[in-house]
Amino acid sequence: MARRAVTPDSHAFPTRGYDLVKEFVIALVVMALLVVVFAVAVGSPDEKAITMESWAANAPADVVATATSELAGTSTTAGYGPPYNTASDGQALGPITLAKWIGVTQPVDAANDLVIDPVSTLTDTATQQAVQQWKAASADQQGTWANNYADALGKAPDGDPAKVAQGDYGPVPAIAQGELTLAKSGALEGLLTTRTTFFGTNPTKALLLLADGSYMADRADSENLSGDQWGMMNETGHYPGQPWLWLYTFWYQVPPFATSDNADVQVWALMILLSLVFALVPWIPGLNRIPHGIKLYRLVWRSWYRKHPEAGPAAAQAPPRRG
Amino acid sequence: MTAARSETRSRSWSSRLSGWISGLVPKGQWLPDRQPAYVASWIYVFGVATLAGLVLVIASGLVLTIGGVTWWHTSSLGHFVNSLHLWSVELFFAAMVIHLWGKFVMAAWRGRRGLTWLTGAFSFFVSIGTAFTGYLIQTNFDSQWISTQAKDGLNSAGVGAAFNVMNFGQMVLYHVALLPLAVLLIVGWHIVLIRRHGGVPPIGADVPEPAAAGTADAAPATEREVR
Repeated sequence: MARRAVTPDSHAFPTRGYDLVKEFVIALVVMALLVVVFAVAVGSPDEKAITMESWAANAPADVVATATSELAGTSTTAGYGPPYNTASDGQALGPITLAKWIGVTQPVDAANDLVIDPVSTLTDTATQQAVQQWKAASADQQGTWANNYADALGKAPDGDPAKVAQGDYGPVPAIAQGELTLAKSGALEGLLTTRTTFFGTNPTKALLLLADGSYMADRADSENLSGDQWGMMNETGHYPGQPWLWLYTFWYQVPPFATSDNADVQVWALMILLSLVFALVPWIPGLNRIPHGIKLYRLVWRSWYRKHPEAGPAAAQAPPRRG
Repeated sequence: MTAARSETRSRSWSSRLSGWISGLVPKGQWLPDRQPAYVASWIYVFGVATLAGLVLVIASGLVLTIGGVTWWHTSSLGHFVNSLHLWSVELFFAAMVIHLWGKFVMAAWRGRRGLTWLTGAFSFFVSIGTAFTGYLIQTNFDSQWISTQAKDGLNSAGVGAAFNVMNFGQMVLYHVALLPLAVLLIVGWHIVLIRRHGGVPPIGADVPEPAAAGTADAAPATEREVR
């Protein structure tokens, strides 16, 4: 049976005066001063949130294209799968499909929730007729119209709806234009967030719509916030973000995660595993001896080892007593 | 007082709770004015600096709660308090990471201190979650972007409903109630364990004979543990 060194009781060692309360108060004062200095000298970032109105003003073609993709079922949200819908199985970790097992817990019907329902509130005759025509059509017909229009928008110069070639688009252009009208008016956020409740504390649908467009992603990209730019740990402007997320962010930069369709669940699994290893270091043979090997502890306790040369690496490596 | 009454008192829930609390830490070790002689390094400062950082994080956060979640967008004072909160968090984590690596190189889990390390690690993890929810409730572009990106990881892990990062109301409550409470409980547990076991002795060190014999307030040798 292997013999291991005994760690003596700390309370049995000789002591010296040490004022814990004084140490804490000094630490508090020093930390507070540092915080104030950084707050005054550097401050904190605050880039205004994107509103649907600003989205419509700055990228109207993107609003129209996004609304069309929701109707066509080709947007990220429409094809997301759990927890929003059943359009796909969600990400998988080998045979493990956690998202699918948990199922649809936050139902989002991309076409209806993000486009048709809000646009239905417009009262002009043209929009009302367009919505009625959409609702009366079969799913196949709806898909044909929306995909035709999405393709046409893709071919139009700058994606400009005004420059789209003639085609079989049914009511889709009018509905997408209705979405743009609502966005321009500033009403779209409310219709997506508080239409069915007075207290709008859950902007999930508004954020999903915004994220389905390219406007927000382009802005994030320009500020080095994208996933492949270490964006998870970055902050807007030249401010520190969450540097403690560096390892989580790191995996997204390297293969196989950087190119994997299941990168999120793979990175999550890896980080949970690494976190468990980290937390359980004391009980993992080999890992719990690393400090003995790198010997940095001699810097920490250098005054003790100076006074007690019999201790230290020699003693630590010496045949230990049976404990 | 009769023996029977005394027996009743000793068996009461209050008495048992009192006994349990007083037994958590050896007598005189809650706030001792002396420490083992080997506790003499700057690295020890970072544990208490982390604690000080946590106090500043909570204090600045509480001021922000008075103004409300969007106060800091419209008030220069609010923005300044938000800056205090941000830098409290940054310095809190800086101190915590140094403290953590310091404890790693000291193999501070030795001598029945594995749970101390474990609670420290979980303090770190839960603090990360708490800080993350803070970024989600800034009500600015950053929170829009972070929430829409982070949802994918959480959804892939099947926790997207219980922890919907795009649900602002849910995230506010996580940030100001649930997660800070978890941090405080784990940190509290961590501190109790530190006071219970004391700072880990140097690797290879043994109790010097004269001191071992002459330390009046030394704890019983039952603390000794193999690691």
